Amino acid sequence: MQASIQLPTDPKLQYLLRIGDACLILGQRLGEWCGHAPIVEEDIALSNMALDLIGQARGVLTLAGEQCLQDYDEDQLAFLRDERDYLNPTIVELERGDFAFTVLRNAIVATWLKLLWERLRDTSDAELAAIAGKALKEARYHQQHAADWAVRLGDGTEASRQRCEAALARLWLYTPELFEDDAVDAAAKASGLGPAASELREPWLAEMREILDAATLALPADTAFRSNGKRGVHSEHMGYILSEMQYLQRAFPGGAW
Amino acid sequence: MNDVKNEWPLWEVFVRTKAGLDHKHCGSLHAADPKMALQMARDVYTRRQEGCSVWVVRSDQIVASDPGDKDMLFDPAEDKVYRHPTFYKLPDSVDHM
Repeated sequence: MQASIQLPTDPKLQYLLRIGDACLILGQRLGEWCGHAPIVEEDIALSNMALDLIGQARGVLTLAGEQCLQDYDEDQLAFLRDERDYLNPTIVELERGDFAFTVLRNAIVATWLKLLWERLRDTSDAELAAIAGKALKEARYHQQHAADWAVRLGDGTEASRQRCEAALARLWLYTPELFEDDAVDAAAKASGLGPAASELREPWLAEMREILDAATLALPADTAFRSNGKRGVHSEHMGYILSEMQYLQRAFPGGAW
Repeated sequence: MNDVKNEWPLWEVFVRTKAGLDHKHCGSLHAADPKMALQMARDVYTRRQEGCSVWVVRSDQIVASDPGDKDMLFDPAEDKVYRHPTFYKLPDSVDHM
């Protein structure tokens, strides 16, 4: 059994992990569709997107390992942390759900990531800027793919519409977390590393409104509920996804192929 | 019969590997409309850097020759080697003709 790695408290590391872990965990969740999507073309599309996200996570976690930690690489960061040291927003760890839930979560997260990558092209870190330039193209496609399906399902049959409304009502609870600032954001903004979370809220809301309007779905009302994944406090779904992800590296330390 | 009618229509997919080359037929897929057909063609047929452009065409829009007419249509060309442009050397700039 491989012991967990311990992380220092470093705002740059935390900023990078919030991004890298969002990609890592959503990539793992989307991967659950492999072999199970409603049609084979969509099975391949979802797997492609999962791999795009894993690729983005690799870039960001490698960068975090190189710049903020001396001894850890992407694999150790991805697979050997304790739950509280994963800093992804809670929305990406929620269970796979049905196809409507998947599509709407992708629309929400891809729109957020697209706006984030857009701004990270101007980061003070040259390597992060290069990752952002590549990831932006992928995120644009993910957003368009999700928005197309949102229209088909939201403006589709009574059944597909009901599933979209149920999915959206649940997912919306977890969106405020994406745009809440704390000390990590203040440090990133001050150093020129990247935007504060709250800066993305207005443009994100404008694009989500457009997507949901086209899908004839109403924007859900805001609630007082707040999730805290990006500060390491996760939902009950996180432990299960981590145990599946970490099994191999824990059982066969350093295993590679 | 109803099941067949409710199926999404079939589309033929053509991919251009790089600028200057022609679009080549590479397969088919089922999709509800043109937009979905293009998206799926991208995801299914260009995953390994196969393309820089994709065409999709409804399969039922393609007019095909009858296999039964094969002898009549194509065999007469067999003994007309003089139609081949093998005696001309192409310049490099038109190499993909």
